[in-house]
Amino acid sequence: MAVLSLSEVDEIAARHPQVFAGSLRKRLAGWAIGLGVAIYLVFAWWFFAIGAVFANGNWDIAGAYLADWVTYEARPTIGIEENHLEISFPRFDPVGERGSIDWLTSETAMVERAAAAPAGNAAGSSAGSSAGSFLGTVGGKPAPTGSSAAAAPSPTTGGAAIRQEETVSAAVEIGSRNLIEIVPGVVTVTRGSETLVADIVQNQSVTARGPLPDWAEQKAPGSKIIVRFGFPGRAEIEDDEVKIRHRFWGWANFVFDTNSPFWGKPAGEVFSLIASGERIDPKRSNLALAWDNILNNSEWQHLDVWTKLLQTIVMAFVGTVFASLLAFPLAFAAARNITQSRITNQVAKRLFDFLRSVDMLIWALFFTRAFGPGPLAGISAIFFTDTGTFGKLYSETLENIDDKQREGIRSVGAAPSLVQRYGVVPQVLPVFLSQSLYFWESNTRSATIIGAVGAGGIGLKLWEAMRTNSDWENVAYMVLLILIVVFVFDNISNALRRRLMGGDPAGAQPV
Amino acid sequence: MSVTLSETGLAVERHWRELASRRRLYTLGGLLFMTVAMSGSLWFANESNAGKFWDRLPYLFDFIGQLLPRDGFEIWRAMFDLPSPYDDGSLKYNYPEGRMYLTETFYVPEYLYKMLETINIALVSTLIGFAIGFVLCFLAASNVVTQRWLRFFVRRFMEVLRAFPEIVIAGFFLAVLSLGAVPAIIAVSIHTIGALGKMFFEVVENADMRPDEGLRAAGANRLERVWFGIVPQVMPNFLSYGLLRLEINVRASTIIGAVGGGGIGEVLRLSISQTHEAKTLAIVLLLLLTIIAVDQFSAWLRHRLVGEQAFAFGRGD
Repeated sequence: MAVLSLSEVDEIAARHPQVFAGSLRKRLAGWAIGLGVAIYLVFAWWFFAIGAVFANGNWDIAGAYLADWVTYEARPTIGIEENHLEISFPRFDPVGERGSIDWLTSETAMVERAAAAPAGNAAGSSAGSSAGSFLGTVGGKPAPTGSSAAAAPSPTTGGAAIRQEETVSAAVEIGSRNLIEIVPGVVTVTRGSETLVADIVQNQSVTARGPLPDWAEQKAPGSKIIVRFGFPGRAEIEDDEVKIRHRFWGWANFVFDTNSPFWGKPAGEVFSLIASGERIDPKRSNLALAWDNILNNSEWQHLDVWTKLLQTIVMAFVGTVFASLLAFPLAFAAARNITQSRITNQVAKRLFDFLRSVDMLIWALFFTRAFGPGPLAGISAIFFTDTGTFGKLYSETLENIDDKQREGIRSVGAAPSLVQRYGVVPQVLPVFLSQSLYFWESNTRSATIIGAVGAGGIGLKLWEAMRTNSDWENVAYMVLLILIVVFVFDNISNALRRRLMGGDPAGAQPV
Repeated sequence: MSVTLSETGLAVERHWRELASRRRLYTLGGLLFMTVAMSGSLWFANESNAGKFWDRLPYLFDFIGQLLPRDGFEIWRAMFDLPSPYDDGSLKYNYPEGRMYLTETFYVPEYLYKMLETINIALVSTLIGFAIGFVLCFLAASNVVTQRWLRFFVRRFMEVLRAFPEIVIAGFFLAVLSLGAVPAIIAVSIHTIGALGKMFFEVVENADMRPDEGLRAAGANRLERVWFGIVPQVMPNFLSYGLLRLEINVRASTIIGAVGGGGIGEVLRLSISQTHEAKTLAIVLLLLLTIIAVDQFSAWLRHRLVGEQAFAFGRGD
């Protein structure tokens, strides 16, 4: 093998300057394009004020929204009265307004209601003094609240007071390592090995004993303290209540909502109830009741979601079929080799261009105004846009056909319509069908998007769920359904196309 | 004319007849199925629509009538923000109010500015998607990456990016970043990464591997082999697909604009819903011209880049 010395290389370069000059120019062009793109991106950064937008974004909320996709929160509120506690859940809380939950335990005792005595404070301070001792200790679990609870009911009251059984202490376990214990006047929060004790003067102030750990936050002295436990939840300690948010994985009440008699029962029990249980509603069987409860689940709205999804599928299907049917004859008029009149060709082709270039969005907005929101608008939008697309594709296919078959048919004296039927259609029909099938799948996707501007279907429902900013789990559910539908249709369309075309069509790729 | 066929001939004919009748049966069955599916679908669509088709049809023509401006010049006045002689102080005729003044006297008409915004959204997203798709596609190509798991992971990742509805990404970032163009850019970019990445890796897999072999023989590392052996071959096709994607992204960013992502889509939706005829027609005309211009430009550039190779079909949405 010949080895070139440097001087020989220079010699060759001098002999063939065009080789090296060309590459230099090319390289410079590359740099110029790169520089142009960089400058453009800087311009875009300024034009869209991207830095400012990102800086002003609510990134805390973003995390919560993302978590909402696959988790849910229970939001009990524990009101702190003078000498007892009121545990309540909001109306649409995923754990319902009833029933017991194992992470929230409470103890009851007989207390005086409406007694204007400092009993609560006394109980609070006694609990506080016992709790104060382990403030500095590491790993110490707070003393069981039972003792302070026992001290809570104060026997000395006037005759007007009513003795009543009330909650006097509550313990909320948030995750395995965090605990919030509440007795009137004192809230003790344990996170791992650290403990925070806060004294509450009712309707006046919240004061922490000792410095706040870094997972707790208080904006001003005496105002509410927010404690964070990371994923499992957080709590807001206010001067009259403790708001707790406890986060769990999964979708809450996906099958039955909290109003259903089947809610909260294990699957086995539900099945046995349906199969052989007493009728819960005397008017109908348990199966009918269960099915009705599932469909009308107030949070997940299964029936509505499925109907809307079907609307989207129908929009794509009907729109594609109609567009294919109309584009078929028009394409024959547009193809140069089939219709000899140049004027007809041009008129048809410009019509296709017009239909295609007026965007699907414009058609969708237009027909939403005309037909009102719903699948008719979506069908019309897809129909109009795709008539243009199909017309263009079909006429291009027609212009590329093999002319021999037509000649053969013509040579035996067939009428013009028969020449098309037997000379042209057999050649192009599989290609047409394949193209339509391809667009059927992609239209299912488009139908979702134009749905959001008012053309109905799941897109609109998706959009409404997103606008509320609190139904992200429903968004996740609908996205999952859409992904499944698109995946299934993609496979059906690919399989049909493979059968039609024989061999390997454009869309079928190896994985 | 009667022909007597031999025994085998008869068998062949009988077989042919059987095949033909079976095919006819399939065709009939298919047609029947399509008819039933279509009528069912149409009934369902009509039932679940807010207005029924036949009831609403007259309104369609009314609506088209409502879209006619009072005179032909109104469209141009609306497009270039010139004062209208019909100005009665209402939003319908307040064309000059949208002017974007760059200097004391020179202004960009509102809709032109919005259109530029939409084009820029599409361009930026295409560039971002191109860059990231470019990096990812080599990790998904079987002739570059030998690790099966990595290829599998990258391909699934791109599939998810592609299949995830753009509208959801846009909605999420609209909630986080508030209304504007940036959520639209993010949504369109994410979709573009998936769509371009898939097309790119197919191109890479079809690349000629002989330059790569030569480089390997000369002792080049993997990066050098890709950069000098594969990239020069695939770049024209990549650029061509990128341009095709730009066409699609102009439309996509218009749609995202209509749901709050800024640009021309937003003003179009407002003006159609408020029946501002001249404004609507001006925007539609502007959009139509832009889309045709972008399509033509991209077709011309693609033609220069890859010659006769047609990419129009199989856009890989």
